[in-house]
Amino acid sequence: MKVNVTVNGVAYEREVEARTLLAYFLREECGLTGTHVGCDTSSCGCCVVVLDSDKAVKSCSMFAAQADGHQVLTVEGLANGGTLHPLQQAFWDQHGLQCGYCTPGMLLTSIILLKHNPNPSESDIREGLAGNLCRCTGYQNIVKAVQQAAGTLGVQV
Amino acid sequence: MIPAAFTYLRAHTSDEAFAHLQQYGAEARVLAGGQSLIPAMRFRLARPAVLVDINASSDLNVLRVNGNALAVGAIARDSDIERAPWITDRRWSLIRDVSRVVADPVVRQMGTVVGSLCHNDPAGDWTAASLAARAEVTVRGKDGARDVKIDDFLVDSFTTAVGEGEMALGVHFPVADDRTAGAYQKVERKVGDFATAAAAVQLSLNADGTIREAGVALSAAGPCAVRVDEAEQMLRGQRPSAELIRAAGDAASRRSAPQADLRGSVEYKKNLAGVLVVRALRQALSRLGVQA
Amino acid sequence: MSTEPKSAGCLGVAMKRKEDPRFIQGKGHYVDDISMPGMLFLSLVRSPYPHAEIKSIDISEAMQVPGVKAVITGKDLEAAGLGWLPTFHGLDKQMVLAIGKVLFQYQEVAAVFAETRAAAVDGAEAVQVDYAPLPVVADPFTAKTDEVILRPDRENKTNHIYHWEVGDKDKTATALANSPKRIKERIWFQRCHPAPLEPCGCVAHFDSMGRLQFYVTSQAPHVYRTALAIVTGIPEDKIHVVSPDLGGGFGNKVPVYPGYVCAIVGALKIGRPVKWIETRTENLTSTGFARDYHMDVEIGATADGRLTALHVATTADHGAFDAAADPTKYPAGMFGVVTGSYDFPVAHAEVDAYFTNKAPGGIAYRCSFRVTEASYAIERAMDILADELAIDPVELRRKNFVRKEQFPYPSVLGFTYDSGDYQKTLDVTLEKIGYQALLKEQVEKRARGELMGIGFSTFTEVVGAGPSKHFDILGIKMFDSAEIRIHPTGSGIVRTGTKSQGQGHETTWAQIVGEELGLDPQNIMVEEGDTDTAPYGLGTYASRSTPVAGAAIAMAARRVREKARKVAAHMLEVGEADVEWKDYKFQVKGVPAKSVTMKEVAFAAYTNMAQNEPGLEASYYYDPPNMTFPSGAYVAVVDIDRETGEVKVRRFLAVDDCGTIINPLVVEGQIHGGLTEGFAIAFMQEIQYDKEGNNLNTNFTDYLIPTSLETPAWETGKTVTPSPHHPIGAKGVGESPNVGSPAAFVNAVIDALSPLGVRHIDMPITRDKVWRAIRQAEVLTT
Repeated sequence: MKVNVTVNGVAYEREVEARTLLAYFLREECGLTGTHVGCDTSSCGCCVVVLDSDKAVKSCSMFAAQADGHQVLTVEGLANGGTLHPLQQAFWDQHGLQCGYCTPGMLLTSIILLKHNPNPSESDIREGLAGNLCRCTGYQNIVKAVQQAAGTLGVQV
Repeated sequence: MIPAAFTYLRAHTSDEAFAHLQQYGAEARVLAGGQSLIPAMRFRLARPAVLVDINASSDLNVLRVNGNALAVGAIARDSDIERAPWITDRRWSLIRDVSRVVADPVVRQMGTVVGSLCHNDPAGDWTAASLAARAEVTVRGKDGARDVKIDDFLVDSFTTAVGEGEMALGVHFPVADDRTAGAYQKVERKVGDFATAAAAVQLSLNADGTIREAGVALSAAGPCAVRVDEAEQMLRGQRPSAELIRAAGDAASRRSAPQADLRGSVEYKKNLAGVLVVRALRQALSRLGVQA
Repeated sequence: MSTEPKSAGCLGVAMKRKEDPRFIQGKGHYVDDISMPGMLFLSLVRSPYPHAEIKSIDISEAMQVPGVKAVITGKDLEAAGLGWLPTFHGLDKQMVLAIGKVLFQYQEVAAVFAETRAAAVDGAEAVQVDYAPLPVVADPFTAKTDEVILRPDRENKTNHIYHWEVGDKDKTATALANSPKRIKERIWFQRCHPAPLEPCGCVAHFDSMGRLQFYVTSQAPHVYRTALAIVTGIPEDKIHVVSPDLGGGFGNKVPVYPGYVCAIVGALKIGRPVKWIETRTENLTSTGFARDYHMDVEIGATADGRLTALHVATTADHGAFDAAADPTKYPAGMFGVVTGSYDFPVAHAEVDAYFTNKAPGGIAYRCSFRVTEASYAIERAMDILADELAIDPVELRRKNFVRKEQFPYPSVLGFTYDSGDYQKTLDVTLEKIGYQALLKEQVEKRARGELMGIGFSTFTEVVGAGPSKHFDILGIKMFDSAEIRIHPTGSGIVRTGTKSQGQGHETTWAQIVGEELGLDPQNIMVEEGDTDTAPYGLGTYASRSTPVAGAAIAMAARRVREKARKVAAHMLEVGEADVEWKDYKFQVKGVPAKSVTMKEVAFAAYTNMAQNEPGLEASYYYDPPNMTFPSGAYVAVVDIDRETGEVKVRRFLAVDDCGTIINPLVVEGQIHGGLTEGFAIAFMQEIQYDKEGNNLNTNFTDYLIPTSLETPAWETGKTVTPSPHHPIGAKGVGESPNVGSPAAFVNAVIDALSPLGVRHIDMPITRDKVWRAIRQAEVLTT
């Protein structure tokens, strides 16, 4: 079937099987490999992308067909030219990543977290990130990074 | 892990969705949030030939207080409820509690209340909450739409009153008076896990402080969520007290008939049922300004 | 924070990581990101049975599935001489695809190659295998009886794999018999799994020159190249192994897995590139598990708490194949460090390992080969002894520590501990946590019936394998290497035989070079993981990168410096003997004003080298003289909910002594991560099998990874006792928190429950187990 998804502002029209998961559509049809797959059970959150500027979704638990006609934001769309998004900068500043595999999902979940709660407490952040797993950092520096970004980030996505 | 092949149909209205379901019958499944269905399809535990995607059916995108009921349409997300402006009113405290502990915060942005009810996992959260809040599910069948009491809707594990070719359009929670509050207490091994045990309660008080109406239900306590009738009867008409609450908790422990699994033993889960009912009752009462 | 060249040093600087910009922009390059024209996908058929004879395999239906190009089975591989794979530590071999029978649930049975990911899965589903179930051996104690022999392919018809022992058996027995106090406890370190977020995978491709281009999730790419040459017969120069960015490893990406061999065979047979990426279920059910040691620990002591003897007898469950990645001479790894931080006069440790119908492994999960098991056993047992003696576990430890002046300390089980100051580290911990106040609070809480616990772990690790006289894998000595080139404009590149999986080598290696050569680490590029360009090394695991490769880098840099000195002498117009390296530059002895920077020398090395050999580069293969011995003093404070059994970790403080710190940001990050893994093991994680041998934890819904919400906030501290034999004094830190923390958590829980008479609970400490322990005590007292 034909699917047309706008990813990071660019329209991708592709002929795919109905069973193509959005994660693989992004990775293999759009060549945007920053979206990762780490499990099969919607548990790890490595595949989180933003749908229609409003929702953080696990793209391994959504079909590309469902995204037909919708807007998707992936990690590749965060930086503005040479300028890092404040969350990207904060993850770097706070050592909020080690192997980098969970990082794109963490960033995109955080964007929506901050959109709905621009001034989160530490526990708000810990609650909000609980759908994304990290095996390396113990989360502490990720939480700090989101706190840093909250101080410098408005409510826009 | 890749699902088996299927035909994808996008329904732009519930009428369209219903027509597809009528046409394909048992071969078709409704795709709402997909947060249980899609992983099951990836493991090929579910392999529908046809998926009817209702996410574009805007007439099902309903979340509003409509006279005497809160109407939750089939594509209203858990996170929509969590973020609704009216949710902080204490009469919705049970629903609010649940909306914050279902699955995980990302899954909640796609997952739906109605989808969770239709999935009817024995350890689901919305099922127990719907029992305590005495919700009704609107099911569309050949003869039109009908409202089904939640007690009748939840038939058995992973089985509901939605028949072949039918679909659930929404769920309605009665609007209680303002002397109402609830609470949801859940023990889970970690965020994203199904409940090891969970208790949903909702209490309405009379002006004199006695309990007018009580809803008490358990998750992970049997083939599907169960109402603790004995506790409800015990509470009705009584003034809240530590003894009363403890007795309700004991009734919940007796009613709980869980399976032993990786989350815990039968004895442990039965104990939790009682502990969590006690805690939920105390919390609901505390929200009503009553210490017991 | 300064990264300017260089009037100040680069060590101890919290430099932001150089690798991060690509990761935060989604530009990391992991194996599954590789795509090639004509690439096929591989999916493996796996056994639903833990032990069964394979009566037949029918691939005809699978071959009809659209897109399927080929299916291969164990018989096909056996015919090609590729039926078996040697395990890294050389004592066993492993089936690539099942031959004749399957030995564990989810074992690889057939390989399906297809045009798309989906078609490969469809094809695997269509392969029909007829199994005849055999009796299952689901635990090592049943295995011991030899009633069912699992591995008739082996010469000895027994499930017993090996007996290993160290220490003096008779003297230990006598000392124990004569000890006024003795404790004995069976302590099980459950089977767990490293579960890096990126699963294992590879892309295999034979290029136009017939050379194998092999991209793979490997912590040890050079060892893979050699192993593949041995297994496949492909000359080693025709194999190019590349390990790109790794999404975590933790030991899981050390062994060579059957899927890799199948991908190579498929690429060769079909003549197209083949990608294999395992699913999470495949990762958890078939790749290297860790631990599964049942340890009978016995300690003797005097009445006033002086240790007299230690005996540990371990029954190890190795699964269907002995695929532990331990060094050849050490089938039980570094388990001999089980005497820990304590000055035992005599000890004896033994391990007996058995085959069972479970997945193979026994890998070093964030651990220097069985150090985690050993540390857990001794730290747990010390608390049991303290309880028995009715003395403070802190006092018992203090009384028996190896003292500062005893280093280098020859342990009774054969290690020479290089350095440490256990007393000081413990003092820092006690001060920082406020131990006295906590004890007071605990007394008050206990009086009210509340359950609060304080648990310590004062562990010593042995890492950095290792000296060539003792350590090898497949005969290859466990050295590591570095090669440094300094470019004319004063930037450079360093390559090593290690492979970062998130540890931050691109930053810390540059800092070592910057420190040694007075150059800006921002302009020292680090490259690892490509066997065509990197010097031969044994890879990154067992906390060996900094102790071994880090040392190689420092030594290679010093070789560069020696060469540079000649050029500097020419530039300064003095004899070489009159040039000294001081304040990060070359200067004429006694004349600080006459100096040249390394950057200036680098330019001269290519433009004005006089009679010296042009260029500025060096390499070094470092054979460590000893292991390093990081240590730490950890404390956990917990509160327990009597009604639900919930354990709340209120505080956790880790004070580590990892010697010289290269980058405090990276060290702290490693500690946070390791503690989180230790926390998960203590409270959540276990790969469980039922009595029929079925794996019960096959994905992340049941193998639990803690989220940000469950994970405690970590407090950290440090002491610094540099390693005397390491060029920069560093010891390695990645594993310490994972090695040291489980005992602290468990000790805290048991301390909380001790008023109820609870003495030990095996990990993972679930709410159910805690509730039952409380309940049992209540029943006994009423």
